[in-house]
Amino acid sequence: MGRGAEGGGVGAHTYETVQHDVLVIGAGGAGLRAAIEAKAEGASVGVVCKSLLGKAHTVMAEGGIAAALGTERAEDRWQVHFRDTMRGGRGLNDWRMAKIHAEEAPVRVHELEAWGALFDRTPDGRILQRPFGGHSYSRLAHVGDRTGLEMIRTLQDKAVHAGVDVYMECTIIRLFKDGDRMAGALGYWRATGRFVLFRAKAIVLATGGAGKAWLITSNSWEYTGDGHALALAAGADLLGMEFVQFHPTGMVWPPSVRGTLVTEGVRGEGGVLRNTQGERFMFNYLPAAWRNDYAADEAEADLWVKGDRVHNRRPPELVTRDVVARAIFREVHEGRGTPHGGVYLDIASRRDAEYIKRKLPSMYHQFRQLAGVDITRDPMEVAPTCHYMRGGVKVDPETQESTVPGLFAAGEVAAGLHGANRLGGNSLSDLVVFGQRAGWGAAQCAARVGAVPRVDSAQVEAAIREALGPFERSEGESPFVLQDELRHLMNDNVGITRTGHGLEEAIAGIARLRERLARSRVTGSRAYNPGWHTWLDLHFMLTTSEAVARGALEREESRGAQYRADCPEAVPEWQVVNVLVHLADGTMSTRPERVPEMPGDLRSMVEEAYRRV
Amino acid sequence: MSERTFRIYRGMQQQGEIVAYRVEISEGMVVLDALHDIQEQQAPDLAVRWNCKAGKCGSCSAEVNGMPRLTCMTRIDELPADQPITVTPMQAFPVIKDLVTDVSSNYAANKSIPAFKPRSPDAPDGSWRFYQYEVDRAQEFKKCIECFLCQDVCHVLRSHGKHEEFIGPAFLVRVAAYETHPIDVEDRSTYVKEHGGIGYCNITKCCTEVCPEHITITDNAIIPLKERVVDRHYDPLRRLIQMVRRTG
Repeated sequence: MGRGAEGGGVGAHTYETVQHDVLVIGAGGAGLRAAIEAKAEGASVGVVCKSLLGKAHTVMAEGGIAAALGTERAEDRWQVHFRDTMRGGRGLNDWRMAKIHAEEAPVRVHELEAWGALFDRTPDGRILQRPFGGHSYSRLAHVGDRTGLEMIRTLQDKAVHAGVDVYMECTIIRLFKDGDRMAGALGYWRATGRFVLFRAKAIVLATGGAGKAWLITSNSWEYTGDGHALALAAGADLLGMEFVQFHPTGMVWPPSVRGTLVTEGVRGEGGVLRNTQGERFMFNYLPAAWRNDYAADEAEADLWVKGDRVHNRRPPELVTRDVVARAIFREVHEGRGTPHGGVYLDIASRRDAEYIKRKLPSMYHQFRQLAGVDITRDPMEVAPTCHYMRGGVKVDPETQESTVPGLFAAGEVAAGLHGANRLGGNSLSDLVVFGQRAGWGAAQCAARVGAVPRVDSAQVEAAIREALGPFERSEGESPFVLQDELRHLMNDNVGITRTGHGLEEAIAGIARLRERLARSRVTGSRAYNPGWHTWLDLHFMLTTSEAVARGALEREESRGAQYRADCPEAVPEWQVVNVLVHLADGTMSTRPERVPEMPGDLRSMVEEAYRRV
Repeated sequence: MSERTFRIYRGMQQQGEIVAYRVEISEGMVVLDALHDIQEQQAPDLAVRWNCKAGKCGSCSAEVNGMPRLTCMTRIDELPADQPITVTPMQAFPVIKDLVTDVSSNYAANKSIPAFKPRSPDAPDGSWRFYQYEVDRAQEFKKCIECFLCQDVCHVLRSHGKHEEFIGPAFLVRVAAYETHPIDVEDRSTYVKEHGGIGYCNITKCCTEVCPEHITITDNAIIPLKERVVDRHYDPLRRLIQMVRRTG
C-alpha cells in the first residue's frame, strides 16, 4: 500500500490520498501497541498523530503500570487485580474487559521488557512493584516516576523498526463510511494546512481524552476529545461519559503550573496529605465499607510504609482517586486549604532526600524549577486537576470494535474497563492490553474486508470546504476566546461537584458557543496556524463536552467520580446501569443501559480472592 | 504585575523577521506562558510546539536569548530584567514557521540505529534477572526526552549542517542507552563509526551543557562509545586478528 499523489478534488480543495489496511489515529501507548500488533498480523499500517512521535500523553504518565506479577506477594494474582478494578469502578465496569485486562496485563508488561523497557528491580533482580491507590498489593511496575517515557520510547522504537508508517503532525477531522463500514479519514498537515485522505479497511481510534476542555487540567492542547466526537459522528455509542477523573493532586502554585500533575507515586512512596490545621484528614474520608482495608491510625500507616505490609494496613491516602479528590476539594471548600486553594502533600518528613530524588526525580525537578519548592525539605501544595476520561467509545471487549463495522477504539478513548472510577496504574496497562487487542481485531477485520472501501469524493470536498470556512470571514471572534469560555464553563458546571441546574447551564452554554464558533474567524495562512487548529479542535471539544454534561445530567445520583450535590447519595436503581450517548441527525441523546452481568463462577472466584486477601 | 517585551521570530525559513510583543507577567510565568498569551491576545497564528508543559515531553524547544532552552521550564524571572526576551527557533533545523522547525532528520537518525536485541531470557518464565544499578546506568541515557536541544547546539549540525553524516549527540545517547542496557546484545560499534559518524564529534561538551535532563552526554555517552569504536576498529592486535580471519 502506500502513498498516491493522484490527488482528488478540484481547485483549492485538492488533497493527496494514502492507503493502508489499518489506520491508527493516535500514537500514544494504545495506538502504537495497536499498530505493532496489526503490523505483526501482516497488515499495512499507518499511524497518524497530532504531535511529533513520542510526545503523546503516555510520555507524561509517571507512577507505573499495574499488573499482578506477584513479585512482592505471591498472593497477588489476576483475580485480585480483577476484583480491585471492579471494586474501584463500583461495579460499573464491563466485567469482561476487567477480566481480560487483569489476565493479560502481566504478559504485556513482560513483553515491554522483552522489547527493551527497563523497570526498577527488586534485590533479587525481578521487576519491582510500587503500591498505589485501590490496589490490594504493590502492583505498579515502574521506573522512578518516568514510567510513561520508558513505555512510549519502547513502543515507538518497536513500531518504527517494525515498518509501521508514521504520519506526524497530522490531525484527523472527519471519518467516512462506505455504507455501514468504515472507509477512510480526512486529515490536514499542521505544517502546510494541506489535506490528506487516508483510505483504510479498518480504523483504530487511539486519540486519548478530552481534558483540555477544563480550565484546570493535566492535559495538553491535544486532548480535545477528537476520537469521542469522531466516533459519535460515525454512529458509534459513547458510554459512561459522566465519569471524568479528577486526579487528586495537581500543582496549584504558581498560576502558570496550576493543574500540572503530581504523581500518585508520591503517596505510593509514603507521602501524606494534611490540611492547614496540620490534620491528616484522609482518615475522615474513608468510605465505611472500605474502612477495614485501611490503617486505623497514623502509627499503623507508618509501619506499613516502613515495609511491614503483612501485619499492617495501607495509609488512607491510598484509597481510590475519586475519594481523595473529593476529600481535598471539601477541605479547601470548608476553609482548611492554603491561600492558593490547595492542601499539603508531604514526602519530605517521610523519606530521606536521596530516596526522594531517586524514586521521584521528575517531581523533584518540576517543583524546584517551576514552583521554587524543594520537595525533599518542604511540602507540596496540591489540588484536584482534570485528568482522564473513563467514558468513551463502547466496544466489544475481545476485539475493541465499536458498533460501527471497521471502527475500533483502544485506551482512554474507549470505555468499559474502568467503570465509575479508574485505579491509578490501570491506564498504562489498559493501553497495552487493549491496544494489542484492537490491533489484532483491526487486522482480522481488514483481512476479511477484501477491497478497500470506497470514499465519496463529494463528502471529502464538502468537509474540506467546511474546514476552510473560518478563513473566508472578514470578521468574527478568535477561537481562543471561545476555547477559554468553554474551559471556564466546564470547570464551573461539570467539575468535581455538579448539580442538575449547572449541567443544564453547561449544555445551553455549549450550544451558544457552537453558534459563535460557526461565525468565528481565523487570521493568517493555513501554514502551522494554531488559531485555525484550535478552531477545528473546538468542534470536537464542544461535542465531547456536551456528551459529558448530558451523561452527568442523566445520572441523577452520586457514584464513583460522579458527584451530584443535588443528589448526593448512590441510588440503588443506578447500581447496574450505564448511560449511553448517541448522536443522530445532529441531535445528541442519552439512554440507560444495563451493565453486563457477571457469571456465577467468576463471581465466586472473585469471592475466593477476597477470602485469600 | 509587570510588562516585558518579547522579541519573537515570525516567518518562514527564507523570509522572517523579529516582531516585538508586550506581555503582562504574573508570578512564576515561564516563556511558554508568554508565547501562549501572545497567541491568545495578539497573534493567533503564532506557531509554537508544546505538549506537557512540565519538562517531560521535549516539544517546546527554542532559543531564548540565544540559548537552547525548553520554553516551558524557563522562568521569566530568571532572565535579565533590563532587556527584552528574544525567542527564536532552533537554528540547527530548517524553520517551518515561526518557532516551529523541521526536526524530521532526528527521526531518520533514530530509525537508522540497529534495534534492541535481548539475550535469551534468564528465567523459565521468559523473564530476565538484573539489578537496580544496571537499570540506573542505562536510565541516565533513557531519560532523554528528545527535545533535540543538544542537536541544536552541536556545531557539527548547527554550523556545518552534517545531518546526513552525523546522527548527533541525542542519538549517540540513544545508542548508549542500548549499549548499557542490561540485556541488549546487539553490537553497534560499526554502526556508530560508519553511519553514526561519531568521528565528527570533537568533544566540545556544548551538548552536555544544554541538556535539560542533565545527561552527561559527552563524558558518559559519547566518549565511551568512541573508545569502543577505537577498540574495535583501530586496535592493532584486533585488526591483525581480523585480517587473518578474513584471509584465512
